Amino acid sequence: MSANLKRSNAPIFWLLFGAGGMLSALLGPMLVFITGIAIPLGLILSPDAMSYAHMQAFAHHWLGAGFVWVIVSLFLWHAGHRIFHSLHDIGIHAGTTAKLICYGIPLVATIVAARAALVSLT
Amino acid sequence: MKPRAIGKRRPYVRPMAGWWRKNPYFVEYMIHEGSAFFVAAYALVLLVGLLRLSQGEAAWNGWLFALHSPLSIAGHLLLLAAMLYHAWTWFNIMPITLPPIFVAGKRLSASAITAGGVAATVLASVILLLVVWRLTS
Repeated sequence: MSANLKRSNAPIFWLLFGAGGMLSALLGPMLVFITGIAIPLGLILSPDAMSYAHMQAFAHHWLGAGFVWVIVSLFLWHAGHRIFHSLHDIGIHAGTTAKLICYGIPLVATIVAARAALVSLT
Repeated sequence: MKPRAIGKRRPYVRPMAGWWRKNPYFVEYMIHEGSAFFVAAYALVLLVGLLRLSQGEAAWNGWLFALHSPLSIAGHLLLLAAMLYHAWTWFNIMPITLPPIFVAGKRLSASAITAGGVAATVLASVILLLVVWRLTS
């Protein structure tokens, strides 16, 4: 066997897809309900639950900042991988351009989110 | 290279457009794969919120104000429906995507795996709501 066999990078992207899919299945519905429906309408939770003071305190803790960062990036890695692998089914060639878009957006978003989370943390 | 008809010969090429619409199984497949667009859309909403939070109070309040618009609430209802559908199909497919699991010598049934996943989502949702409620009241 040749010593310089190149290992596939597929498991990394598959792992990110799986982690994001699992996280969005477990927490996605309730997160959408809390941030997009319950708090704006004042249902169950207090309408000022997402006030600047509350959110600043939340993002000031590494757990809060880290949570939002993980949610944003894993959801996008999940979606990008899934969309990339469905392109062929709808007759779009899954080539380099498609790869750059489907994996580039999650990558850029991961970096942008990390930067914003770090700014809020300090 | 695309086969070109030469002279009178016109080779038959089976049309593939809309192939999945002919079979309900593939229609469902396309819908659950399409849920990825909604998962991405919600992640982008949160990403903008995170950016606005890091830019100060006025920026944050602008984002928060936008979330109160009827259009945003209608959009989030759609996102909620798509996210619930994603969660359901994720666990519905899990018996196929997971390697076989054996409990006490017997293979765990597909319905048990799906039910376990749905139960985990219900539990995680209740915990998340309680944590947010505790943190903000």
